[in-house]
Amino acid sequence: MDFAGAYSWPNLSFILQGFGVTLLVATLSIAFSFVLGTLLGAIRYARIPILYRVLAVIIDLIRNLPLLLIIYFIYIVLPLVGVKLPLLWAAVSALTIFEGAMISEIVRGGLNSVDRGQIEAARSSGLGYMQTMRCIILPLALRRMVPPIVSQFISLLKDTSLCVIILLPEMMHNIQILQGHSPNYVIPSLLLAAVLYFAVNYTLSIIARRLEAKTA
Amino acid sequence: MEGKFDIHILFDHWDRFSAGFLHTIGSSALALVGSFILGTIIAVMRIAPLKPLNWIGTAYVEFIRNIPLLLVVFVFFLGLPTLGVPLDGFTSGTLGLMVYTASFIAEAIRAGIQSVPSGQSEAARATGLSYMQTMVHIILPQAIKIVLPSISNQFINLVKNSSILAVVSGFDLMYYADLINADTFLPLTVYTIVALFYLILTLPLSMAVHYMERRFRAADR
Repeated sequence: MDFAGAYSWPNLSFILQGFGVTLLVATLSIAFSFVLGTLLGAIRYARIPILYRVLAVIIDLIRNLPLLLIIYFIYIVLPLVGVKLPLLWAAVSALTIFEGAMISEIVRGGLNSVDRGQIEAARSSGLGYMQTMRCIILPLALRRMVPPIVSQFISLLKDTSLCVIILLPEMMHNIQILQGHSPNYVIPSLLLAAVLYFAVNYTLSIIARRLEAKTA
Repeated sequence: MEGKFDIHILFDHWDRFSAGFLHTIGSSALALVGSFILGTIIAVMRIAPLKPLNWIGTAYVEFIRNIPLLLVVFVFFLGLPTLGVPLDGFTSGTLGLMVYTASFIAEAIRAGIQSVPSGQSEAARATGLSYMQTMVHIILPQAIKIVLPSISNQFINLVKNSSILAVVSGFDLMYYADLINADTFLPLTVYTIVALFYLILTLPLSMAVHYMERRFRAADR
């Protein structure tokens, strides 16, 4: 073990650079997967004919496959049909598709959890469909959706590490490279990585708990 | 050429696909048993009437749940060899899966234990059972039924997460897929076949979870 060597400035900044890429990919994927997940969840909730059945099958397939496989499909198979994405965007697309499918289930579950009576009461009091959606269903559903969605974002940040297989220069990839320089760097650098992941994710989980307590 | 689908790949490389499939199943099953035992121990530690045990259990769950699986696997695969404990990819991958999944199973079991009404444990203690006896004979059997759906969900995740073995050359499906792809240059075919293999494992499990959740919800009514 060589703590001093692993934490020397060139190595430390190399790890932190990787963490920057990790955070960048995670932030972009969180934003996109949230939009995609909400959209898909709403379509399935509203039961838009044919589309919602097709989506149900696709979402179930994606949810039952390893993320690693989806990363390979985006990065290795898609270019063969002419869609060549730069490394960073391949990673973001794979994460967005996988986590978007997960979030869509949370959104659908949240919307479905709103009691039918609430909706009927709103409609019979003269509110339109969109008004019912905006003023009654969404506020009630959001309370139930926020904690699991934040948990999903925590998973997403952890899952960015899987992009090592396509050599995305994120933190775990950079640690592998340091390991090539000296095996003695491994434990100190893994320790640092664990602390960094933990710091961000634990903060997120505390926020999730706050929100849960506030809305319960 | 490379974009075409050629099902003959499945038969030509059957020995490697099946070897990968068996390693994926083996690793998931071993990790499930291990993480179930470890997870139960941690769950009991978290609610035991002894503060230091609570702290250890809580620290384990909070720490492991917030770091990536890959990091845990790297501790075994890259870290332990530097301390003089060389492990192969399959072993370190499976150990990593076990340690990682145990934290989720511990949380599921803790929630299950706490959902058993406290009257049950009070009655058991009043009849003279010790804390451990109450746990083993009264609380855990009831808790398991409640946590079965979430544990099954963790098993689905385990099967999917076992693909991490490919990163450390652990002879699983994804590892062999890379080899077959390198030989055939037919990634669409190879990875589609691999997807089907994973679905053979995960889809029946997902359906079982849906079924259990519906039944328990119906039973609550």
